[in-house]
Amino acid sequence: MSPTVLSVLLALLPAVPLAGSLAALSPRTTPRRLGPAATGLTLLLAIAVAAGYDYGRHGLQGQTDASWIPSLGVRFHLGVDGISLPLLVLTALLTFLCAVHAERRPPHGPGARPRTGLLLVLEAGMIGTFAAQDLILFFLAFEFVLIPMYLLIARWGDDGAPVAGRHPAKEALRAPPGPAQGAANRFLLYTLLGSVLMLVGFLLVGLHAGTFDMPALAARHGAGLGHGTQLAAALLIGIGLAVKAPMWPLHSWLPDAHTAAPTIGSVLLAGVLLKMGTYGLVRILVPEVPYGTRQLAPYLAAFGVVGILWGALVCLDMVRRRAADLKRIIAYSSIGHMGFVLLGIATLTPAGLNGALFANIGHGLITGLLFFLVGAVKERYGSADLAVLEDGSDAGAALYRRAPRLGGLLALGAIAGLGLPGLAGFWGELLALLGSFHADPALGHRTTYLVLMALGGLGTLLTAGYLLLMVRRVCMGPPAVPPVARHHPSEEALRAPNSPEPAAEPGIPDASRFELGVWAPLVALTAVAGLWPAVLLRLTDPAVTALLGPR
Amino acid sequence: MTAVPPLTQNVDWLAVAPPLVTALAALAALLAAVLLGDGPRARRAPGAIAVLGLAAALALLIPLRRGDRTAFCVAGRPADCSYAADRFALAFQLLVLGGALVAALLSLHAVRGDGASEKRLPRGEFWFLLLGSTAGAALLPAARDLATLVVALETASLPAFALVGLRRDARGGEAALKFFLSSVAATAVTLLGVSFLYGASGTLFVRALPAALEHAPAQLRTLAGLGAVLALVGFAFKTAAAPFHMWVPDTYTGAPLPVAAYLSVVGKAAGLAGLAVLTVLALPGYAHLWGPALAVLAALTMTVGNAAAVRSFGRERFAPTAGPGDRGSAVRLLAWSSVAQAGYLLVPLAAAGHNGRLGRATGSLVAFALLYAVVNLGAFAVLAVVGRDRGGLRLDDHRGLFARRPVAALALAFFLLSLAGVPPGVVGLFGKLVVLRSAVDAGLGWLAVVVALNSVAGLYYYALWTVRLFAPAPAGERAASRVPVGLAAALAVTAVLGAVLSAAPELALRLTSGTLLR
Repeated sequence: MSPTVLSVLLALLPAVPLAGSLAALSPRTTPRRLGPAATGLTLLLAIAVAAGYDYGRHGLQGQTDASWIPSLGVRFHLGVDGISLPLLVLTALLTFLCAVHAERRPPHGPGARPRTGLLLVLEAGMIGTFAAQDLILFFLAFEFVLIPMYLLIARWGDDGAPVAGRHPAKEALRAPPGPAQGAANRFLLYTLLGSVLMLVGFLLVGLHAGTFDMPALAARHGAGLGHGTQLAAALLIGIGLAVKAPMWPLHSWLPDAHTAAPTIGSVLLAGVLLKMGTYGLVRILVPEVPYGTRQLAPYLAAFGVVGILWGALVCLDMVRRRAADLKRIIAYSSIGHMGFVLLGIATLTPAGLNGALFANIGHGLITGLLFFLVGAVKERYGSADLAVLEDGSDAGAALYRRAPRLGGLLALGAIAGLGLPGLAGFWGELLALLGSFHADPALGHRTTYLVLMALGGLGTLLTAGYLLLMVRRVCMGPPAVPPVARHHPSEEALRAPNSPEPAAEPGIPDASRFELGVWAPLVALTAVAGLWPAVLLRLTDPAVTALLGPR
Repeated sequence: MTAVPPLTQNVDWLAVAPPLVTALAALAALLAAVLLGDGPRARRAPGAIAVLGLAAALALLIPLRRGDRTAFCVAGRPADCSYAADRFALAFQLLVLGGALVAALLSLHAVRGDGASEKRLPRGEFWFLLLGSTAGAALLPAARDLATLVVALETASLPAFALVGLRRDARGGEAALKFFLSSVAATAVTLLGVSFLYGASGTLFVRALPAALEHAPAQLRTLAGLGAVLALVGFAFKTAAAPFHMWVPDTYTGAPLPVAAYLSVVGKAAGLAGLAVLTVLALPGYAHLWGPALAVLAALTMTVGNAAAVRSFGRERFAPTAGPGDRGSAVRLLAWSSVAQAGYLLVPLAAAGHNGRLGRATGSLVAFALLYAVVNLGAFAVLAVVGRDRGGLRLDDHRGLFARRPVAALALAFFLLSLAGVPPGVVGLFGKLVVLRSAVDAGLGWLAVVVALNSVAGLYYYALWTVRLFAPAPAGERAASRVPVGLAAALAVTAVLGAVLSAAPELALRLTSGTLLR
């Protein structure tokens, strides 16, 4: 494919969803068709970009570089390389699946038109973030996702409507009105707080270096930026991206947002939005302010490892006490997984960065799948609360028996999440730990990184612990109840309010063909990335080597 | 003016045309209201005259666009002019006249009074006062001597007091009185400062001041410094900078809505222009004094404004039924937000005081002021629509606006998010970018961080307000009536400008690269 065609395709990639969102405003379009059509077209474009990408060449491809706001020195510069290409495809894929899913299983909230429009704006922002090659353009795209996601959580989120079987004591503990609104506010304010500080950092870099062009800045590797400037910029930019990632002490917006968001919101939040933070760290922080990054890297690594352990311990506690929403458990597990990504980045080694990028994709696939699955469980039970699922017993929810395909997939997702070799979660964590064993000698702190590696390894054990325990609680359970005992008083309430076929067996509808179709690509890619990691690593490795610069 | 003997002054009538045409239109509108009687067509005449007059004044900016004309110069000394139509003045005149035109469009229906009769504003007085104040505000950025500056400030302010009280109810009267008393005090302080400066330097001409102050006797230095600070007070008041902001919320809520819109854009622009002329042109040698002062003032203003806005938002949240007479907590919120925006507006000037690149800072200032004016007037235009529909402007009156009037709701969402500076309000994002850039450029890192934190606080209430637009409509909703032509035009103009500037911000931002004041 000629470079011009690739440029056009890449420029169309954010333009198509943006145009789609404008079309959603017009009363003449049918939003039910528009969403899948626009996101489907975007996915096809993304696949075309991947097909047209020259795998033998390094550096940016498919560039569009036009003057946009000359008085501020801002250029409209798009481009794709081995780091952003997988993320672009992942974004297009997940958004398409979400759009299709939302049409068949619409979340409760205002109509389809605004939802479709917001989803498309969200997609344009996400794609723009991964394609932008100008700091200000990157910032613009980075902020573009805020409001659509905020509205998705606030207006389509789970507002904690009383669900049968919820413990009254826990009801009282909830925030008074509209927990979804509260979660959305927290998401918005946290992320914006990070991103405005990041903007100050960008301006610091751009005004001192005289350009906002990312490839140009990356090629300089910080030449011309004083140490003080670099440190301040790295701190400001780092905070902004760390909020998004999220890094441990700045993570507290995430569990509520994930729990309150509708399924499509959770999938995109975990699958793509978190990656924007770590992608920014790799793309901007590491190459553009290398001195500042080296100063902050040990802290980043330490916070990442704390995140791994923290996430795992919180999850373990929640699963053991059966006092949590499955969505919340997966949200906390995301903090742990993103901890590995941060650790990988903080090693500043090719292995670590490759691992981080791999874990990014792996986590996007696995957690996307898990949120889809938990969403399906929630649709069926009216809640994803462990206590509700288990019906107050200790025996487990027996999803294997009630809905074997759903249960099996949930177990698969959990096992992939704990990093079983052969699935997508494995390589990222392995490489991140390996990277911290060989951490960049220029960093000093070898002992620190060794200790962090050991703690990270402990984290994988804890992760395995809670995920397996979760599988045990949700999927396993007592054998079929004898008919006499079946008339449990709350059985009726547990059934999904409008389940299509009230089965004779007290159970729930298993995964439909439609749902399996939505989940299949994620399952397949999880396996492919696990069995054939070279597909991704071959892409990222040259780009990462270039980012780290002469060593 | 023509009576003055030719050896002292020559007048370039084209250069002074924009404020002059505005003033003539003011008189014409007043006369038309008095002379034409009370027929249905005659009733519309003053409004039409006002709108056309402002449009003509705007059009007269075009032949001046090279920005090299001056007027009222002392013969033989071409530098000593009282009036300069330079690019700085033209940019501000564009802002002032454009803002006044949108405010006029907003008031057309309120003045003609197709609602209940007690809501009607007296048309002759209204148009005369509005245009008179606009003429002063348009004169101010071009004024290049201290006396003209003060006279222009007064011309812009005095009719505004009457405008605020024009509704003749208790709240309006109280608002006007508060506005009047505090404004007069501030102007008096400015006059005192100006007289100190004159005493120390012996000249009134802005261009001549720096050199004159340089050579001022040493014992007058303190006097000059004091004068410099005092002179800024009146303009800071007009800009609504803290601690001179206390009049803003009461005045905005008590005034008719279009007048509040006018004050928030035109009044503020006049104040800023005065500040810029005084600091950058007249007192560059005192940058070590006013630079840090303005930086602190800016930080204080935005923090006070945002904190109060968040608080007033919370107050309505916990007491959703506002007390009697409180027609507009939405306007109050916009008032506090306009205080916060005044803080952002001061940042480029403060930056100028720090890095000495004075001309460039005025460019950033004008660019941000233009972007802000568009979105702020747009927000007021939608508020006018909502106020007509619902009879009140509490935040809860915005509930379900999307269901009722989808276009207006989307426009308001865009304007509010632009005020917050978050996409899809891309215009506002560029404004924030310009402000932050000027701060970082000047090495005012702390101020940049304060701006950043404040924009987060701002987003809190703008976003919560935006969410309400998309909330389900309350029961018993009346069907939406037709929007009057003037309102629709104002809304369309601001929305189109906002959209165009989102895609091509260079149109406004090119001002940031040029040196406007030399």
